Amino acid sequence: MLNGTRRFGALAIAAAIVVGACSSAATATPATPAPTPGATDTAVAAAPTPTPAPTINCQTGSITTAGSTALQPLIQDAATAYAAACPGATVTVNGGGSGTGLTQVAAGSVNIGASDVLAATKLQAADAAKLVDHVVCRQGWIVVTNPDVTGVTNLTTAQNVAIWTGADTNWNQVGGPDLPIVLIFRPASSGTRATFLKLVLGGAKEATGGQTLTEDSNGAVTTAVTKTKGAVSVIGFSYYNDPANKALLNGLQLDGVDATIANVGASTYKLSADGNLYTNGTASGLTQAFLDFMMGPQVQGTIIPKDSYGPVAAQ
Amino acid sequence: MAQLTNALEATGLRAKPGLMERIDLPRRVVFLAAASMIAIVALLLAFIFWQGIQLFVKDGQPIGAIFDSTWNPLADTPEFGILPFILGTLVVTAGALLISTPLSVGVALFLSEVAPNWAKSVVQPALEIFVGIPSVVWGWLGITVLVPWLSDTFPNKIAISMPLVGQVFSMPGFLTGFSWLAGSLVLSIMVLPTITSVSYDAFRAVPQELRTGSLALGTTRWQTIRHLLIPSALSGVLTAVVLGMTRAAGEALAVQMVIGNSPTLPAAITQPVTTLTSQITLDMGNTVFGEPWQDALWTMSLVLLIISVSSVVLVRLINKRRIGQ
Repeated sequence: MLNGTRRFGALAIAAAIVVGACSSAATATPATPAPTPGATDTAVAAAPTPTPAPTINCQTGSITTAGSTALQPLIQDAATAYAAACPGATVTVNGGGSGTGLTQVAAGSVNIGASDVLAATKLQAADAAKLVDHVVCRQGWIVVTNPDVTGVTNLTTAQNVAIWTGADTNWNQVGGPDLPIVLIFRPASSGTRATFLKLVLGGAKEATGGQTLTEDSNGAVTTAVTKTKGAVSVIGFSYYNDPANKALLNGLQLDGVDATIANVGASTYKLSADGNLYTNGTASGLTQAFLDFMMGPQVQGTIIPKDSYGPVAAQ
Repeated sequence: MAQLTNALEATGLRAKPGLMERIDLPRRVVFLAAASMIAIVALLLAFIFWQGIQLFVKDGQPIGAIFDSTWNPLADTPEFGILPFILGTLVVTAGALLISTPLSVGVALFLSEVAPNWAKSVVQPALEIFVGIPSVVWGWLGITVLVPWLSDTFPNKIAISMPLVGQVFSMPGFLTGFSWLAGSLVLSIMVLPTITSVSYDAFRAVPQELRTGSLALGTTRWQTIRHLLIPSALSGVLTAVVLGMTRAAGEALAVQMVIGNSPTLPAAITQPVTTLTSQITLDMGNTVFGEPWQDALWTMSLVLLIISVSSVVLVRLINKRRIGQ
């Protein structure tokens, strides 16, 4: 009987450890009902009826990308379109975060690493020097609140600083209802948070404490904002413009400028940055062909506007 | 007896073992399985230990600095105080065990002492279903049902006042439902099957003669449970609680979804907290291998590993004590 209990005990420990490990691995998938592009490992197979366009350089083989979840929707759609045009080419798109993308491309485990931030800010100088940056799009982020924050349609940079540093703690201090402000951050290591900290907060020290929450992904942030009274956060345009999310969120202007791709392109909306795809050394073969495709008319002219990014190549 | 003698004769007549029997493949296979498991555990321990000490060896952080309460990896001189995470893990786990232990031991006692067969045949499958529900589902339920309910129901300051003494206790209400309490509640449901099944085994292991003897002395069933069963099965129940603790401390996903992940010291059960596991999952994708920030995450993994290894040692000690009795 004793043995029985102990054996059970050992099994239960093993189970506990295994479950712990599985849960950690599974967190990359945002918990959201919307069909957001959070899935992290989607192989794109060649479509059965290809319609090759003359301008596309078709290569065969398979390449892998990893990195920024903010850029993942775009790369995923571009990969699908490329595979449809070029049978025999497979582009596997992974998420994982900007840091993962940079590390893996520097280590040679993926062909392309996607990042919201420049490699030099994350990697050692020697590693960063090996990487070649390809800016394929502009991307923007929008400050969103729970819809119960009525009457607030615009926040100035100064108001944002007051809110996010904890100087203002109630929406009535910025013209809203009498409702405590709840700040929903991305993790300190996130590219989105780093960009917002640099471009809007000017590096000011962000608030900590009971009124702050941290959520993992764009999907988790969206859920938390819709579930929490008085919540405010920052998400990528591609997530905000998803119809399933847009109805549940109150998107704000920044310094009186609408958060639109047109204003990102015109450089009047300041919460925006380049979308960087990094290769380890000079790209060749399918990797180069895919990067060319990303700069080509189909991606720059059609897919980028559809997914709410800004084009970088003149059409 | 005659049969036994025959059997012995038959053994004597047995043919010489064949080649397959001498190689004894099954024994080798299971030996290999056991050896590889030990090798995997040893490698894992060595790897996490090596990565976990890089923060001190390579990045030159003093060991004491991790017990600081300031977590600010972005500062010009980064601060990697992981005390908020260690305390968060401990208090969320403790809260879960406080809620779950009485309930689980109650269910175990019910199953082993009280339940008629039909009730067992309902409760046991129900527990098995509990085990099978993935943690993301518990977290999802927590974020959609529990978190809004908490913030809607208890938005105001919670205070307990006593006559003469005045206010003895107060804490802020739920600004958001994301809180220590939400994490503990979700975890308590997740560890319930673990604690229940291990303590059920412990109660079943008490010899039936002790029960009948006790009842023959004229005790009621409750007296038997209280004075006989619980003391004799105590070490088994403690084992169950420690295993539940390991399970709770290692859970990441469901907890991360409901506790708010605010890297501050736990202040009240209505406030957001953070845990080792949730901080590791939040930051691992966005940090790069070899930078001090990620080394700090490895140190946090090492701390988690130390917590679970200590609980295994604790279970062993508890069981040894039982053998000694």
